[in-house]
Amino acid sequence: MCVLEMKHIKKSFDGNEILKDISFRVNEGDVVSIIGPSGSGKSTLLRCATFLETIDDGELLYLGKKVVESDGKKAIYADKNSVKKAMECFGLVFQNFNLFPHYSVLKNIIDAPIRVQKRNKEEVIKEARELLKKMGLEGREDAYPCQLSGGQQQRVSIARALALKPQILFFDEPTSALDPELTIEILKVIKELAKEKMTMVIVTHEMDFAKNVSSKMIFMDKGFIVEETTPEEMFNSKNQRTMEFLGKYKNVN
Amino acid sequence: MNMIDIVLQLADGMMVTIMIFMLTLIFSLPLGLIVTTGRMSKNYLLQAVVKVYISIMRGTPLMLQLLVVYYGPYYLFGCKLSPEYRGIAVIIGFSINYAAYFAEIFRSGISSMPAGQYEAAKILGYNKFQTFIFIILPQVIKRILPAITNEVITLVKDTSLAFSIAYSEMFSGAKALAASEKSMLPFVVAAIFYYIFNFAVATVMELFEDKLSYYEI
Repeated sequence: MCVLEMKHIKKSFDGNEILKDISFRVNEGDVVSIIGPSGSGKSTLLRCATFLETIDDGELLYLGKKVVESDGKKAIYADKNSVKKAMECFGLVFQNFNLFPHYSVLKNIIDAPIRVQKRNKEEVIKEARELLKKMGLEGREDAYPCQLSGGQQQRVSIARALALKPQILFFDEPTSALDPELTIEILKVIKELAKEKMTMVIVTHEMDFAKNVSSKMIFMDKGFIVEETTPEEMFNSKNQRTMEFLGKYKNVN
Repeated sequence: MNMIDIVLQLADGMMVTIMIFMLTLIFSLPLGLIVTTGRMSKNYLLQAVVKVYISIMRGTPLMLQLLVVYYGPYYLFGCKLSPEYRGIAVIIGFSINYAAYFAEIFRSGISSMPAGQYEAAKILGYNKFQTFIFIILPQVIKRILPAITNEVITLVKDTSLAFSIAYSEMFSGAKALAASEKSMLPFVVAAIFYYIFNFAVATVMELFEDKLSYYEI
């Protein structure tokens, strides 16, 4: 089943075209990594998919339902309710976590399921404790975000996203604010989720990890998708630009 | 006349001063929040109107504003001023003046909030109202508390301006007493009263700050 589909997405900021014509799809169980140089539009693409930015032109579908249509010139968003429904399909993990600092770890995780989804409190708390255990944060539920390391904060934010039971989880450079040790913590968690067949789209600069964890890789440059293929093929690509980007990366290693 | 007699004489006035203080806070804080909403509105007309309002409130003396609020209805519309209106005018004058200052403090707090907090709330499905009440406002209050404390302390002292429209709070009582007794002592009592009042205010505000220090932003 196709969870997310984006067709001919275009996005500019003040006449500066960031996304020029992006089309791709994510099927259930896919782990898609998006790589590419800074400024290539990776994060913007993710922000367009998650309604944090409005798309200028193109189509956006969640679970086969059209949320954004194109009239050939510009994007037309569906009604409020359809957008709300679509937003319930996904979760997003931010680069700088964006936890709520005034809420404890537990409250960060349970507040949205209780307040927004109106679910049973006891049940949500039970699930949240299980999620914390899975994230290796047992016993930290009463801590506040400021008392946690960056890696722990990011794991809480992953738990917070998972508590809403999304069908697809987006990661916007989830390890860019972390040192190498903490990065490994997060990558382990994501790998664990991949094993459980969680559908994920990950914007990342961690090439080894992307190669390791993804079922599909997308290489973006200057607002276009240069290549979209399996990790093996990506790393053996004959495409000039891909070789340049990955080649530079290989040289350092 | 000794100190105790003076304190007893001024006791009623002290209650009035405390009442002006309380009522002004009760009205001006929520009003300030509403004014901020206008000031930060995307509607340029509303924004401009609110800007002018804030500019006038901050740009003219509070004493003059009190006079306008009190005598305005008579000079502008020929209304007869009832004695009860004196107290109401004091509260209206103080409230609309302080609301302007509070609005600017709220605005500084709200615009200092990182966009990430709004974005995280949006992704988690909070609507705009929930986002503001549960996510943004509590953090804003923590950020602006020191600035609010400043204003509240100023308000304690500003209550004495009510004497400009002959509203008998503590300070006008002290002035009258000093004149009739030919003594400095009522002023000393007044000073001690304001000082203790403000000391209490500062202590309470510090307590609030301590209560919110369980997390860092």
